[in-house]
Amino acid sequence: MEKGTDMTTYTMAEALNRALRDEMESDDRVVVFGEDVGVLGGVFRVTDGLQRQFGPQRCFDTPLAESGIIGTAIGFALYNYRPVPEMQFDAFAYPAFEQIVSHMAKYHNRTRGAIRLPITVRVPYGGGIGSVELHGESPETYWVHTAGLKVVTPGTTEDAYRLLRQAIRSDDPVIFLEPKRRYWLREELELPVSDHLPMDRALVRREGSDVTLVAYGPMVKTALDAAEVGVAEGWDIEIVDLRSLNPLDEETILGSVEKTGRCIVVHEASMTLGMGAEISARITELAFYHLEAPVLRATGFDTPYPPAKLEDYWLPDVDRILDFVERASAY
Amino acid sequence: MVKKMSNVPEALQRVWKVPHPMNLLPSEEPIQLLTPDGKLHEHDDYPLGLSDEDFLNLYRYLILTRSIDREGINLQRQGQLGIYTSCLGQEGAQVGSAYALEREDWIFPSYREHGVARVRGVDPVRLFHHSRGTWISDHDPREWRFAPQTVPIATHLVHAAGLAIAAKFDGDPIVVIAYFGDGANSEGDAHEGMNFASIFGAPLVFFCQNNGWALSVPVERQVSAPTIAHKGISYGMPGVRIDGNDVLASYAVTKNLVERARRGEGPALIEALTYRMEAHSTADDAKRYVPQEELEQWAPLDPISRFVNFMKDRDLWNSELAEAVEQEALEMTTRVRNEIYDAPHGDPLEVFDHVYVDPPLHFVRQREQLRVEIERRNTTHGEGD
Repeated sequence: MEKGTDMTTYTMAEALNRALRDEMESDDRVVVFGEDVGVLGGVFRVTDGLQRQFGPQRCFDTPLAESGIIGTAIGFALYNYRPVPEMQFDAFAYPAFEQIVSHMAKYHNRTRGAIRLPITVRVPYGGGIGSVELHGESPETYWVHTAGLKVVTPGTTEDAYRLLRQAIRSDDPVIFLEPKRRYWLREELELPVSDHLPMDRALVRREGSDVTLVAYGPMVKTALDAAEVGVAEGWDIEIVDLRSLNPLDEETILGSVEKTGRCIVVHEASMTLGMGAEISARITELAFYHLEAPVLRATGFDTPYPPAKLEDYWLPDVDRILDFVERASAY
Repeated sequence: MVKKMSNVPEALQRVWKVPHPMNLLPSEEPIQLLTPDGKLHEHDDYPLGLSDEDFLNLYRYLILTRSIDREGINLQRQGQLGIYTSCLGQEGAQVGSAYALEREDWIFPSYREHGVARVRGVDPVRLFHHSRGTWISDHDPREWRFAPQTVPIATHLVHAAGLAIAAKFDGDPIVVIAYFGDGANSEGDAHEGMNFASIFGAPLVFFCQNNGWALSVPVERQVSAPTIAHKGISYGMPGVRIDGNDVLASYAVTKNLVERARRGEGPALIEALTYRMEAHSTADDAKRYVPQEELEQWAPLDPISRFVNFMKDRDLWNSELAEAVEQEALEMTTRVRNEIYDAPHGDPLEVFDHVYVDPPLHFVRQREQLRVEIERRNTTHGEGD
């Protein structure tokens, strides 16, 4: 990864690293730990240099045990730390499922508000990097379905920086999903970023009048690319970047769909009970009379994530998205 | 101190090093200070150092524990608690170990630690609301340094490790104790908790009550190590087997390992051999699997009668003392009964109040839906009167 000579451009990985550094500087109760986050700086270098700058009690390697990592984070939070544990890959969070779902998500409710667990679990997720099995999962539904968790995911470098700082400062536990195929996305980032955009707001990334694409994380860029290609085909496409998967910013989603009358939810995760199902249900319930077409879903298939050589066939891309735009417009 | 291996090249010394070349092999013989008939034999490695006042306190806690335990079962039988998990027979292990702690030390219980709660002083009413279903946990864990009763087995051992590591990082001289049972040894989190604690040298004592049963499954189906105490070897920490029905052995060994942890010498594992004299819970029928003759063999080993014999030998026990403590126990159980019996459920709308510090907007709609449903229910009931 080549470091930007222009101080105002960062890759998403560098922006995340900067967010961790800035938050650790401003609050000495913020600790970062996980597998290979110390000397190595993380397999995607997101924690690069943190141990050197803040010492081995602020950023440290743990034994290779994800349940232990999240359980340890809960213990640290009980002791008034603000932990930022890392799950090295999406599917590697599954051993921690019980700690996340049965404890991290429920502790505040269990104790009638006596105990807050301000933990931010960073999880690289999604496919598209040609990796081996269980390194390309999109498990967001599990976390979004679990009451007590907030779930956010950036689609841009600036959001990576802003959302991570906000997640760490949140008094609720946050699952912070990092779109791993966008780690190397280099974009302008002017610091400090304005604090006026709350963590739970969606953003209209591109205005359009024909159809709304609701996307998040890795699919934000893909949806924007599709909108550009769509111009030549005569489509005027609006892009809503969710940013927060739980809670959902209904106001922004409905505002867009009420304008366009057509909506396609785009995600890498499998279709059944994915984010598209929930968003479709809410739009149907709250904006039924504005719809010109059923809400459609351009997603990954209801199969396990495929081997690397087949992922280009599996993942939603510009062509699949535009096919759905055509289907939505046919109503 | 790293022990060098004579038959290994220099380059491999780091990878194959033996960082703790101490003898960790525990004795199968449990540490016992009180014989079953109550005679005290002090142990050189685990000095007792308790005064007559301490013995009176221990006696008091043992009786209070057994009384509240009986009350818990009674309240369940009368439909006041949904379920209750008795600690009958395990009072010695619990009271002795908890008495070895300072008030600022943290306790991570499972769901059977009624004796530990008595020593710490957490109001049983608060804990019984968990079993009654009024609310999930109703005491402030930070105020009492007593974590919520943990339902999923062994999962709290990693929380204990995390808190102990954090305290060590802060230079805070507290110690953490985590209670679990023989069955918990089979869970991955028991391993992860012990591994994290030992890797970071955390001030944490793992206190396993081996009561012979994980619901209906005997300990042979959980552990193939020679003893549970032997598991300490794989974490480079001392494991000590104690007679869990001996309140003084439980105190002395826990005190020794708690103070060792407080000095920064790392975690330890205690296996307290005891026996579950009641069913797993009030929902269980232990007659289906517990051999009657085992209960008969364990009955004379009762931790309370053993300790009473010891006190009698020392002229510390008389009928006035017994009556005074029974009276205190009666006052406690009466108060608990009065506060639990027919206690109303809480405000149903509270289910929305603590899920998030900062609740999401869609909660407003769902909360309103429930509010309307409650209002309609109240109106309907009103018409029926």
